[in-house]
This record gives sequence, C-alpha cells and structure tokens, in this order.
Amino acid sequence: MANVLVVEDSPTMRQLISFALKRVPGTQVTEASDGVDALKKISGGRFDLLITDVNMPVMDGIKLISLVRKDPNHRDLPIIIITTEGAEEDRKRGLAAGANAYLTKPIQTSSLVKLAADLLEGIAPQAG
Amino acid sequence: MVEPREVNILQRKADEFLQIFRKGEEFTQELLKENERLRFRVAQLEEGELASRRTDELTVRNLREQLALLEEERDRLLARFKEVEEENKVFASKYLEVELENNNLANLYVASYQLHSTLDFAEVLRVVQEIVINLVGAEKFVLYLRNERTDELAPAVAEGLNLADVAPVLVGSGIVGRVSETGESFYQESIPLFQGIDFEKPLTAIPLKINDLVIGVLAVYKLLVQKPGFSPMDYELFSMLAGHSATAIFSSKLYSQSARKLSTIRGFLDLLRERPAE
Repeated sequence: MANVLVVEDSPTMRQLISFALKRVPGTQVTEASDGVDALKKISGGRFDLLITDVNMPVMDGIKLISLVRKDPNHRDLPIIIITTEGAEEDRKRGLAAGANAYLTKPIQTSSLVKLAADLLEGIAPQAG
Repeated sequence: MVEPREVNILQRKADEFLQIFRKGEEFTQELLKENERLRFRVAQLEEGELASRRTDELTVRNLREQLALLEEERDRLLARFKEVEEENKVFASKYLEVELENNNLANLYVASYQLHSTLDFAEVLRVVQEIVINLVGAEKFVLYLRNERTDELAPAVAEGLNLADVAPVLVGSGIVGRVSETGESFYQESIPLFQGIDFEKPLTAIPLKINDLVIGVLAVYKLLVQKPGFSPMDYELFSMLAGHSATAIFSSKLYSQSARKLSTIRGFLDLLRERPAE
C-alpha cells in the first residue's frame, strides 16, 4: 500500500487529485489543506509520495518542501508540485527547493497518474 | 604302326589338351556368369538411378510446393502483421481519446460535485472561483451577478483584480452586457499572446443561466502564462458552469434568504412567547 499526502488549499483540486490517484493501484490518499497541516500529518505517519500546491495560506508549498527535505527521514520522499505558477523561474525555484517534478494547472490527470506511479516505483521523472 | 609309347604320349597330350579345354570352358562359363552378374548389376544400378532421379524430382516438386505454401503463409502473416499494426495504431489513438475523455469527465465530475456540495452563497462563489482558476487556468476574471431591480451586472468575485476596481455593467452594454441580455456565450476568435486587461474585451464571457433566465456572467480577461488558449475541455467546463453554477448560486442565495427569514420569524415568535399575557 502506497501512502500519498495531497496538500492543497482548494477542496476542488484536492478532490480532483485524490480522484485521479484512485487509478494508481494500491494507493491510499491523505489530504492536508496547507503546509502546517501537512507537516503534522507527515510527522504522524509514513508517506511514499507528497503532492503539494505552492500558494497556500499559513505555510506555502516551497517552505513545506524545504522543511521536509531538512528532515533526514524524508530526504528521499518523492515530491510533486502542482501549481498555477507556470513561469520558468517558479519551476526552477520549486525544483531547487527539492521537488522531483513540477506540474502546472490545469493538469491532465493522466499525466499526474503516470508521474505518481513512476515515482512510487522509484522511476525518476523526465526533466520538468 | 604307332608304337605304344607314342600312343601314351599322344594320350597324355590329349588329356592335357582336354584339361586345358575344360579349364577354358570353365573360365568361359565363369566369364559368362560374371558378365551376366555385371549386366544384372548395371540394370539394377540403372533402375536405381532412375528411381533416385524420380525421387529427386518428386522431392524437388514437394519442396517447391512447400516453398510456395510458405511464401503464401509469409505473405498472409505480413498482411496480418500490417493489419495488427493498424489496429494497434487505432487502439493507441482510442486509448488517448479515452484518457482525454477520462480527464474531462474527472474535471466535470469534481466541478459539479463541488458546486452542489454546499448551500452557502459565499462558498458557492469560492467554488466557482476555484474551478475557473484550477480547472480552466484563468488568471484574471470577474463573476458578475445580475441585479433584477437595477438591470445591472455587479461584480461579485474578481480574481487577479481588485474587486473595487471593477465597475458594474449595464445589461445590454458592451460584450458582458450583451451576453447577459442575449444569453449567448462570447469567445474571442484568437487569444492574443500578450494579454492586457481590457474590461470591454474579455477573452470569453459565459452567461450563467437557469433555463432562459440569465443570473450572471463569467468574464475571463487573462489566462495563466502556461495556457496558450482554450481547449475543448474548457468549452465543456464553461458549458457546465453556465448551468450548474447558475443553479448553485441561485439556490444558495434563496437558501440564505430563507434562512435569514426563518431566523427573523423565529425571533419574532420568541418575542411573542416571551411577551407577558395581558
């Protein structure tokens, strides 16, 4: 069973991502609405994949990723960013913070499903 | 008169000659036998060669037939291989279509589910806003709601813009006003690469309708930087938003009004109950 943490302040996006991840066999999704909520859930559980938005109240996705990466237990946790920020510098900032992949909204759920399945199997994503 | 000694000599010579003759006869008979054996052998060999030649010809004919069959089989397999390749291409393209359709249905399902998940007016507006940002990919847009009394479209939600900066629109005036009047969606023919904000020229204006009643207009002024234009999915979402967001907004408005009225009536009844009997 693979545990995925979806961090999104938008309930619509949380539902869409969780709905899409049902297509990855053996996946259990936990939802968090911001970075602080996500950190609480990460410290209290074991996750195999983290999917996060960038712009969120309380704590944004970039801050969340850098804190997760500082934790030796989660240094290798695969992370996907899903955001409206599509500029090249935003993408670089996200990847530099420690994300493994960067997707921009609106997303193609099939791309997310493939990316999530690859990362859960330990396959490195193609550049981007 | 022949002497006995000479007779003996003659007899011996005759015997010798007879012996030689018999040997010659035996030798000749042996030669004849050998000759016959050899002839028989030659005949055998000739017959064998003929049979072998016949067998070879038969083998060659069989092999040729087999070759022809194999060539036919190869051609049939090649044709089938091409057919299967074509089928694979069709399946691959169908798979992509199904994936796309799956994506579209997921978006539509989630959007309509969220729209009808609440009866709170502000929450419904927030859901519409989320759908337009996250599922359509709009950066700047305004949701106008129609005021029946003033015949005006008042901005209720503004994303990427200051709500206070957005002026109300008169029904029938400009693109947004005309969309509200006619109930027909407006789409700009080509999306400019660098989109500036012009309230007179939205990229799209979608009427929010309950049957023929237009209760508002969604006007999109700018798309996210990674979004070059509208996709078929966006038209589906706009079409869904036109109907579902209208009913969600309308019903949540009615619900909050009725909740307010109910609260007033309850307050009034409580007041009556508390009033001392005269």
